[in-house]
Amino acid sequence: MSFDKNTNPLKLHHVIGDMEADYIYTPGIAGDKFFKTLRDEGKFLATHCESCDHTYLPPRMYCERCFLKLDKWIEAESTGVVDTFTLVSEDSNGDKLTEPVLVAFIRIDKTNGGVIHKLGGIDAESAKVGMKVKAVLKDKSKRTGGLTDIAHFTPQ
Amino acid sequence: MTIKRRVAVIGAGITLFRRRLKETGKELSYHASKMALDSAEMNLSEIESVVMGTAPDAFDGIHMKSENLLDGAGGTGRPYMRPFVGGGTGVFAPIAGWWHVASGLYDTCLVVAEEKMSPVQPHPQTAFRTIWDPIITRPLQPNLVWIFALEMNRYMTKHNIPKEHIAEVAVKNKSNALDHPSAQLAAKITVEDVMNSETMVWPVQRLDISPPSDGAAALVLASEEVAKKYTDSPVWIDGVGWSLDSSYWTNRDLYYPQYVEEAAKMAYKMAKIDDPPNQVSFAEPYDPFTYKELHHMEGLLLAKKGEAPKLTHEGVTQRDGKLPICPSGGLLGVGNPIAAAGLMKCCEAFWQLRNEAGKRQVDGAETGVCQAWGDLMQVGTVTVFRR
Amino acid sequence: MMTMSEKMKEVPGIYLRDAELKAKDAITFKWRPNAKYVWAGGIAYSRYLEELKNGRIIGRHCSECERILVPPRMFCDKCFRATDEWVYVKDTGTINTYSVSYLDADANRIKEPILVAVIELDGASEGIGILHYVDPKVDPKDLHVGMRLKAVWKPEKERTGSVTDIAYFEPIKEG
Repeated sequence: MSFDKNTNPLKLHHVIGDMEADYIYTPGIAGDKFFKTLRDEGKFLATHCESCDHTYLPPRMYCERCFLKLDKWIEAESTGVVDTFTLVSEDSNGDKLTEPVLVAFIRIDKTNGGVIHKLGGIDAESAKVGMKVKAVLKDKSKRTGGLTDIAHFTPQ
Repeated sequence: MTIKRRVAVIGAGITLFRRRLKETGKELSYHASKMALDSAEMNLSEIESVVMGTAPDAFDGIHMKSENLLDGAGGTGRPYMRPFVGGGTGVFAPIAGWWHVASGLYDTCLVVAEEKMSPVQPHPQTAFRTIWDPIITRPLQPNLVWIFALEMNRYMTKHNIPKEHIAEVAVKNKSNALDHPSAQLAAKITVEDVMNSETMVWPVQRLDISPPSDGAAALVLASEEVAKKYTDSPVWIDGVGWSLDSSYWTNRDLYYPQYVEEAAKMAYKMAKIDDPPNQVSFAEPYDPFTYKELHHMEGLLLAKKGEAPKLTHEGVTQRDGKLPICPSGGLLGVGNPIAAAGLMKCCEAFWQLRNEAGKRQVDGAETGVCQAWGDLMQVGTVTVFRR
Repeated sequence: MMTMSEKMKEVPGIYLRDAELKAKDAITFKWRPNAKYVWAGGIAYSRYLEELKNGRIIGRHCSECERILVPPRMFCDKCFRATDEWVYVKDTGTINTYSVSYLDADANRIKEPILVAVIELDGASEGIGILHYVDPKVDPKDLHVGMRLKAVWKPEKERTGSVTDIAYFEPIKEG
């Protein structure tokens, strides 16, 4: 057997294909309630585990720590703190973006959770860990029930 | 072979099986796990290890989905692993759980099996497009049902089996499933209904096939010492076995599942069973298609080659017969969320051996055998349970 | 203590019906991954494909178990040693098992069935077969285990080095 150096499979006998299919994901019991409330009322919901004193956002219907069933729903703030951030310059195909985008993990106030989202209304040099930010929602007519109902987070 | 210690099942849980469930895979895992823990009166904190059996990522469309499911299966901050052998996974997961406890490494193990086949569009068959060898087979654009049909035809031709005898399996299992609370396709049907149903890939007809489903199931395993603290009726895992055959399935004679026999021999040796038809009270072989129940009965050495249809026709495999087969209603009646289906059979063995199977109860159940199968007609996984 | 079967009047899980999934205000997320592949043939299959382009079927011989293997492989899966030499096999064979499919690759119903078989090739060892089509003009009722078939090759300029360089297998007319 030979081991010729070659990094291009198209130069060898080959078959081209894909492993693609269309998917419809549903958000589940907790997710359904969270996204409907975000879409219809523009509010963030969380669930609280009284045994662990832990507040989940995005909310869950069970506590992953103690396995208690969670049915205590509370309204969470839409403000938070930048826990970490980065400047993204390529899209998911590896092509250059026309404008780099600030992406951050934002810890939502008074919960133990947070979301990953874009930072807007700020230039890259001014972004800082620990920055206080608030959610800017899209207009209700444009909200569809997803994290994209949030346009971005911006400094308070 | 020295087994360090005995392992028991002390709790079981299961969800509804349906074409599509509202819950996410995580939520389904939680429902089944919580039910299993509650039935053993245990807290999650008493679980030392977790095994998650779940079949192709391509159904859910989440790569590395076992990690995605982890928190719903009590895996956070624990030793957690995923064994995967296609459809054989549901009976392989408790075998992996068994190693965790029998080895002495852990005293308890939560075994979960989950499947969500509904996200892939338009039909789970689409995900099966990629199961084939991409060079040798995929260019022929096969449908998965082809290999079942090819195997069924070879089995029927080799032993001269009339289709009507095979159809009787669907009648029995869908009827048995009427008494199972999770059942998706329980119904009273007749052999004529099966024979008149649409031909999908000859000789496979619509009522020969189990449906795709969403669902989850779970078992709690414990060492002998720990089990006795929780229950007076532990169900012992007395035998485990598994074996795989080559993926060159066109180079094998499909009329007999040799790999199921190898797995069964391994499990029977451990369980000290040398006369299976007379030492087994009931069996739950994998029945995604009608003929597979018969094929597997023979591989499990519960019937001589070619004889399983005769036993079915004579009523031996009914719940009140000499050797009940699929008293749960099987995949044909309860549903087929791939990995969860195999574990559903193990849950059934647990309830049967504790006299908790209600209307499905087999009288005097002492020893039960569960078996699953999968991949490209390749894997046999077998467990022997005893009261 | 209540037994499992008494507790189990209801099991957890909510059935999500099609109508609810497709409802106007339903929350769903649609996605199609971008997952394209080029599968290279490897040593054995590359030669296999090359020979198919030439209108021939090639296998490998293992001198330990004395089997001639098609599709060819560089190691014997039974003996777990390297196979020894290339051997051409005939393009005729016998049906080991067959099926008549009214479903296409995506499980869509089709009216004209696809006839498919595992064909044990002459010159390969017993039980060594390949998957391929049977001539769609054959009446499904005439198919049987043991039926003798011969490959119908695509014209040379249409062959690309693929298992589909054989269009299908047709019945050998018994003289």
